[in-house]
Parts: sequence; C-alpha cells; structure tokens
Amino acid sequence: MSNSDRRRDATRSSDLKTVAANGLLDRRMLLGRGVVLAGAISTGTVGSLTGAAAEPLTDAPWSQEPGATIGPYERPSRFEKDVVRTLNNPNGQPGAQGARTPHHLTNGAITPNGLHFVVSHGGAPDIDPDKHRLVIHGLVKRPLVFTLDALGRYPMVTRVTFLECGGNGAPLFSPQPLQANLQALHGLASCAEWTGVKLSTLLDETGIDPKAKWFIAEGADAPHLARSVPLKKALDDAMIALYQNGERLMPANGYPMRLLLPGYEGNMNIKYLRRIKLVEQPAMSFWEARTYTQILPSGKAYQFYLLQEVKSFITQPSPGVTLKEPGLYEISGIAYSGTGHISKVMVSADGGRSWGEAALQEPVLSKAFTRFRMPWRWDSGAAILQSRAWDEAGNVQPTRAQFVAQRGELKAVPPVGAVLNQHFNAVTSWAVDSAGEAKHVYA
Amino acid sequence: MSMLSAMIPTLGLALFVVAGPVLAEGPNLGKPIDAADSAAWDISVLQDGTGLPPGAGTPAQGARIYAEKCAQCHGPEGKGGVAGVTAAPLIGTEPITDISAAMKRIGNFWPYATTLFDYTRRAMPWQQPMTLANDEVYALTAYILAQNKLIGENDAMNAESLPKVKMPNRDGFIVRFPDAM
Repeated sequence: MSNSDRRRDATRSSDLKTVAANGLLDRRMLLGRGVVLAGAISTGTVGSLTGAAAEPLTDAPWSQEPGATIGPYERPSRFEKDVVRTLNNPNGQPGAQGARTPHHLTNGAITPNGLHFVVSHGGAPDIDPDKHRLVIHGLVKRPLVFTLDALGRYPMVTRVTFLECGGNGAPLFSPQPLQANLQALHGLASCAEWTGVKLSTLLDETGIDPKAKWFIAEGADAPHLARSVPLKKALDDAMIALYQNGERLMPANGYPMRLLLPGYEGNMNIKYLRRIKLVEQPAMSFWEARTYTQILPSGKAYQFYLLQEVKSFITQPSPGVTLKEPGLYEISGIAYSGTGHISKVMVSADGGRSWGEAALQEPVLSKAFTRFRMPWRWDSGAAILQSRAWDEAGNVQPTRAQFVAQRGELKAVPPVGAVLNQHFNAVTSWAVDSAGEAKHVYA
Repeated sequence: MSMLSAMIPTLGLALFVVAGPVLAEGPNLGKPIDAADSAAWDISVLQDGTGLPPGAGTPAQGARIYAEKCAQCHGPEGKGGVAGVTAAPLIGTEPITDISAAMKRIGNFWPYATTLFDYTRRAMPWQQPMTLANDEVYALTAYILAQNKLIGENDAMNAESLPKVKMPNRDGFIVRFPDAM
C-alpha cells in the first residue's frame, strides 16, 4: 500500500467515527467533502441524498434577460431582507439603543459593517470629519491635537478583533431560560477587521509623564461618553481605528474614529474619540462607577471588569434555524476570548455528558471570532447541543451551573432585551426536538 | 547658478534645523496645544475632585433648576419613568437585595459624589448636554444629594465640599482583574 493510499484509508476509516453521544462525528471528516459523502453513502446515512432524483433543470427568467444596472454602493439581495439587526429602542427614546447582530443568519468570522452590533448611549452624531479633532493631553510632555487627515499619514496597522458589549448574554441571568433566539441572547458581539494608528505611536510623540497610570478616553457624542483605561493597554495593543472592514467606520460605530481596545469590554472602545487625557487615577465616570459594574450575590459589585472572557455559542442550528430532515449536518458556531487565541472548542449533543472536539477554521486569530464546526449525524432524536471553549492561557468557558454558583441569578424573569447584569460567558444550550426545532434551555 | 542648485543648501539646512532638536521619528503631525486652548473640552472630574471648576450651588437652588430642566423625564420627585420616558430614578437608598442593575441608585450604589457632577455636566439635560452653567450643575448635584439624605438641606456643593461627601457604597466594589491595571 502506498503512503497516499494509507492516508486515504486512514481518513476513510475515521469518516463516520462517532466521537460523542447522539451522533457527534470526528471533526477530521470535514477535511474533504468527497470523502465525507463517499463514507456516508456507503453506510446509508445521508437521507435525501440517496432518495428521489432531482427535477429536470430549466433556464429561469433571470437567465433569459440582462440583469439590473450595477449601482455605486451595493446592498444585499432583496431575498436577504430579514438578515438585519434587531433594535430594542427603534424610536430613539432617551436611554440606550441596542442593535443586535443576527449570528444565526451569517457565517464565517467577520461581521458585515451594516450588521455590526451597536449599543449607543446618545445616538450617532453627524460628525464632519474635516472638523473633528483628537487631543491628547494631561500627563504628557507635549499636548497635541490631531486631525483625521494627519492621522491618515501615520504608520497604520490592521487587525481582526471582536467587540462585545459587557451586557451581551445578559438574558442568561434569568432564573428560567428565556425563549428567544441567538440574536436576542448573544447579538451584542461582532468581529471586524480594523485599520488605524496604534495609540502608542501617538504617545511616542506626546511623551508620557511617568506619573501617568490611566488614560481617560472621551467621545464627541452627546453624552461625551468617557471611560478610564489602564495606561498598560495604551502601550500594548490599543489603537485609533479609522477603517472598519476596509471602509470608514459606520456612523453608529464611531465615525470618523474610535478607540479600539482588543479584548476589552465594548463600552471602553470609545466611539467618536475626541480626547485622551493621561491621569494618575481613574475618573470614576458614570459608565465605570455605575453602569458597567456587575452586582454579585454578596451585594458587592465588580468594577473595571475590563476583559471579555473566553466564550462560545452555537449559531447553527439554533432557535429558528430548524433541521428539516434526519441526516448529516454541520454544527457551527463562534468562539472568542479577550485574552488571546482560542485553543480548543468542545461540542456536546447530550447536554454536556459527552464531548467531541470541533474543527477550528483557520486562521485562528488572537482576540477574534474563531468559527468552529462539528459534523453531526442527526437521527431525529432529541438532543441538547452545547459548545465550550478554551483559550491559549488555559481559561475555560464555565458551564452555566458553575457560572451561576459564583455570579448568581436574577430573582425574576426579565423582559427579553433587558440588560440587568453583565459579563455572562457561560455555556448556552439548545434543545433540539424530534421535529428539528431548537429551543433555549438550561442544561 | 540655477534656481534649483541655489535652493539645495538652503533646504538641507532647513531639514536639519527642524528634524534635529525635535523628535527624530514619526510624522510629527500633531499640533501643540496649551491648557487654555483645550479648557473647553477638559471636563473630566476625577474621584478626588481634581478638575472640579469654580462655582457653587445649594439644594434649594437646585430644586428650582430640577423642576424646570429635569422633572419632565426623571419625574417631579426624582423617581424616574415619566410617561413612557425611561429616565433613571435619582432617589433611592433601599438596600441591594438582587443582582439586578435595576437596584442601582445614587444613594445605595454610586461610590463617588464627584461622578454626579461629572455626568450631569457632560450628559444632561438629555436633549441639550453641556448647556448647564457650573453653578447650575453644583446646585443640581446638591439637590439630588440632599434628596437622598447624603447631605443636609442647606449644604452648598463646591469644589471643596463635593469630594468630601461620603457615599454609603464607597467600599462596595471589587476589581475583577487587578493584574490588568
């Protein structure tokens, strides 16, 4: 037997190897589609693929006439009209506005700009980029003001990173599982490629007074939203983001510039950034002293949580993404950690009693969404799907029971969309019934 | 001598003069600004009172401003939630008995009184932020603190008195990841 035959043979023998209960299959099966089908057909588990023949092929009307004129800025097909963010405050009443990403209807690791989540504490200002200014002052040797034009001439960096609201997943503090879809439960996280100037590059020019330990970042929006950030982060990977997925930032994501603090709580990534002041102590702004604090069962509260900890959730299947017939499926989801790279994602189909390792889609980037995939043979039996992520530092996503033991639960079931506590990063469970419908459960 | 060759030594000298004594690396495109010219934006008030401006106000003065500029959203008695507007209650000292953020009040949760001045000045009133005079912000701060029984009815708030107000939950916080700070 040649080496290549041996390799093929080894692959084939593991094609349908079950790695955990309820039909979870070896992730290596995903390496080649042809191999998967060959193995699947030979054991007769593919369902309709071996059933009735396809309809005869004919030309559709759109193949028999010229298509539409091409416009200057394209929008998705009209058939994709339901792939939109959901809004908790569509009329812009005083108070926060949230727009949640439809993770159950997208794929890959990058969130399109129009679908990137937003939490806004004062609406999106209509900023003239030529008149916008960024001042860096306080405990620096040389206070400086920068225009957008000037920043555009600095050496730039590009990185993919996720942003997540501290309140993402807050519905899972409910004492009963809220019947809502993934968008409602975990839609306040997104991932984009950001391009801009490292904050440390600008601080090289202002100089830093050795007394400085924090910086206050402030926006040009109506609430003049301000957060205190440890200076350590400025010297590490903080940047002034000028581009989002290749184009200028979206207005609700901070046009024309925002602070980007990879892996840190979304609210700290100040949009419409206009001022950075180096200081000795945190300001204790409204948002850090009150809003983005998390009450614990003891009555004390976490403050300066900073990090978005290791987390994952399954995007497909999920509530509203129904399995239509028994057969082979790919369980797919997103994993991320504010600490660094995702090192491993395990998937369970029996509510956490047995686990199989998922395939991680390359490239696996630090502090970015990592798409994971797990082949699954669904025989139309009941299943409880879960994912659990590990990061390079060895941090493990907690089970919900472990998490609640430390962080507690709300006393009453909250309305869907209410953010009554924050930094929920535990396992999310979907119960799939015999009709293929997924439902949010605690398991 | 051509114009071009006459310019070369001059250019070389100019570059040397600019690049030499200042910063050697980076585009250096930021424009220097002094404290006076950045004062209008320099609104940060720190927890110890650093950054508080001159001025003062009493609870009685604040009550009048509150009725005019705040009550329409926060309610006549500061209990919040008027006619579909979701503005937060400003009064409340009941103990925290749930992990719900809905329990957070100025009187039972906020660790620093300076935050009240800072936030009111930068973000309120909702429809017209940064329109209150510093005296008005001090007066509103005094009114709200007095309504919460955190200061006396006649206590004026200013840059000296405000940071000294003892907030009941000052020690109610835990830093999650001290190593990151």
